[in-house]
Amino acid sequence: MRETRLLMGMPITVEVRDPRATRDDLAAVLAYFTSVDETFSTYKATSVISRLNRGELALEDCGEEVRTIFALAEQTRRETHGYFDITRDGIRDPSGIVKGWAIHNAARRLRAAGYRDFYVDAGGDIAVSGTKDGAPWRVGIRNPLNRQQNVKVLAVTDRGVATSGTAIRGQHIYNPHDPDTPLLDVLSLTVIGPNVYEADRFATAAFAMGQRGIHFIEELPGFEGYLIDARARATSTSGFERCVLRV
Amino acid sequence: MNTLAVKKLAVSVLIVGTFILYALLHNSRSSAAPVALVPATPANPSAAADTPAATDTGAGNATAAPSPTDTPSTRYKNGTYTGGVADAQWGLVQIKAIIKNGKIADVQWVQYPSDRERSVFINSIADPQLTQEAIQAQSAQVDIVTGATDSSFAFMQSLTDALSQAQA
Repeated sequence: MRETRLLMGMPITVEVRDPRATRDDLAAVLAYFTSVDETFSTYKATSVISRLNRGELALEDCGEEVRTIFALAEQTRRETHGYFDITRDGIRDPSGIVKGWAIHNAARRLRAAGYRDFYVDAGGDIAVSGTKDGAPWRVGIRNPLNRQQNVKVLAVTDRGVATSGTAIRGQHIYNPHDPDTPLLDVLSLTVIGPNVYEADRFATAAFAMGQRGIHFIEELPGFEGYLIDARARATSTSGFERCVLRV
Repeated sequence: MNTLAVKKLAVSVLIVGTFILYALLHNSRSSAAPVALVPATPANPSAAADTPAATDTGAGNATAAPSPTDTPSTRYKNGTYTGGVADAQWGLVQIKAIIKNGKIADVQWVQYPSDRERSVFINSIADPQLTQEAIQAQSAQVDIVTGATDSSFAFMQSLTDALSQAQA
């Protein structure tokens, strides 16, 4: 059973393979994304984050979810040598961490509801659980130079896969240490991690590091990465091939 | 100094010289940016040559993306511009840009490395653990796709930069 909806400005898909899956459970997961958007969208003037940025709310009055995200963002900033930073020009934009966190929470909700074989995909960042008819889920890595093509096919189970590019709404990732220089060398960086929250936050930070980002992923235990640069060349971490589908 | 020593010296100078010459040539060759475009005759008929990885919907990107093409100082002449063949170490690449209404409408590959055997190598300078290869299309069926929704944007920007340099 599969359900797709356009939320948070991107297609969000939930597919559950367990035979007892219900429409209501899928709808509840999608509704969760709507609630996250209501709180964290920097595009909505009424969101908690917008009110915080306008000074109408203090952090203490923002509720537990916002404080959790800010704590996670601060932890990520430290773990990535400052390459992940939600504050720019005094405005806090936690979008870079909220997405992976929300997908991870959605997957946890499905697991709590007793489901085993499913995926949650929000704009190309994915939580996969269990299998599809007994075989690992197949995740294609899109060619950033030709969106009709995949350049790798991953075979994964119980993993998070996230790709950072210079995408969705224009240049959404920048280097906090050099914010005015556009990131041009790297077209996309895909990270496979223990869950989508971890994969997404490290993909975002490593992307901001440019070509060196793949070395950062190589150093992280339990993570693999695949970087595609502007010369249509891919660099992969040493264990990446183990995640690739064998045909 | 005897003849043998002179010979030894000559041989070593020759070897070292060859290395320096090779390094210089190699450097000048690779410093020619693979994406640098040289304007060709507009609507080049050879542009229809086989493009194993022709990009899609570039027109939408170019107009929607706030790229440097939007600035009035960088207007391009309409037509198809094919870049020179560039050696990117792992194979040869050639790119063409299609300009419509003074903007980059599409960027396509004219040449694309496909010899995996040859192109895969270990990047010993950067990190011996990391493997590099030319990207290649995979036809296997997939359940889900990961990828930035519009990540050709960065490539468009770098191309725009190359174009403006080529026209300056």
